[in-house]
Amino acid sequence: MPKGKVVVDRERCKGCGLCVAVCPFGVLDLSKDYNSSGYAVVTAVHPEACTGCALCAQTCPDVAIEVYREKAAAGTPTRGAGRP
Amino acid sequence: MPEAETMVKVFARPTSLNEKHFTYCPGCDHGLITRLVAGAIDKLGVQERTVFIAPVGCAVFAYEWFRCDGIQASHGRAAAVATGLKRANPDLVVISYQGDGDLAAIGTAETIHAANRGEAITVIFVNNQIYGMTGGQMAPTTLPGQRATSCPEGRDVATMGHPLPVAEMIATLAAPAYVTRQSLHDPRHVAQAAKAIEKALRYQVEGKGYSLVEILATCPTGWRMPPAVAHQHVADVVTGAFPLGDLVDRG
Repeated sequence: MPKGKVVVDRERCKGCGLCVAVCPFGVLDLSKDYNSSGYAVVTAVHPEACTGCALCAQTCPDVAIEVYREKAAAGTPTRGAGRP
Repeated sequence: MPEAETMVKVFARPTSLNEKHFTYCPGCDHGLITRLVAGAIDKLGVQERTVFIAPVGCAVFAYEWFRCDGIQASHGRAAAVATGLKRANPDLVVISYQGDGDLAAIGTAETIHAANRGEAITVIFVNNQIYGMTGGQMAPTTLPGQRATSCPEGRDVATMGHPLPVAEMIATLAAPAYVTRQSLHDPRHVAQAAKAIEKALRYQVEGKGYSLVEILATCPTGWRMPPAVAHQHVADVVTGAFPLGDLVDRG
């Protein structure tokens, strides 16, 4: 059971890849799935590795990522996490 | 949804932002700065009395994304518009959001005099060292040797001048309450920039006066670099030319 979960809004995502570069656990990658604007959107290729640290969301310029964490883990701050 | 029972949301969209999509290019830091400004408005609980002033440039429609009032100023005149708004309605929280072409070229006079008068406004200065909207021309902040469509051989300081150090210039004045330069090239710096924007807004709310937050931003399209490479370029090169940190804090 992963500690965290990322939800990418595929219509907001522009496939810039900043979240892919910043994720410490290789959770995200660009897909071959194109949104209605023609951008190859980011997807969680290794969702099991997600800790819910939210570095991806902190970096996303289009506010396309929401992050969830396990209730038990949510109380313990991860580096950079939880800042809206 | 099963996640609802075991998972809690730890990162959500700021409530000061509406649902409209940003119109910026992929990987552009403007979107990130917009989100940080909205986060600061949320934290201070001033959404109902905030007026967001958009510049001319890529951020010309920036007021479209906030759940607060907005005005789009003539090119470079955002600080003058902000002055009028704030003087007529001192209870408003007035944010002037400007790029380098707007603030540091055509709007230099308004910028310097608003700062020198200590107008109680918050200026967010997006320094991406290029004119983005018009096609990547040289800006006052373009680095020596940096190529742009109007200096294809690179900026030659002998004929085109040196990059304009806006934060340092404003910091020489007596009135400003807070002048800082921030960057967004990694999550640690994003968090620091968020704190700086929040402090600048808080100083306005507390009546401490003028603040300017210069933010080193990327223009992946104008720079012709992938977004992650552009962030690395900020870390390796741009922060060398434009040092980070607080220059004035009279809070």
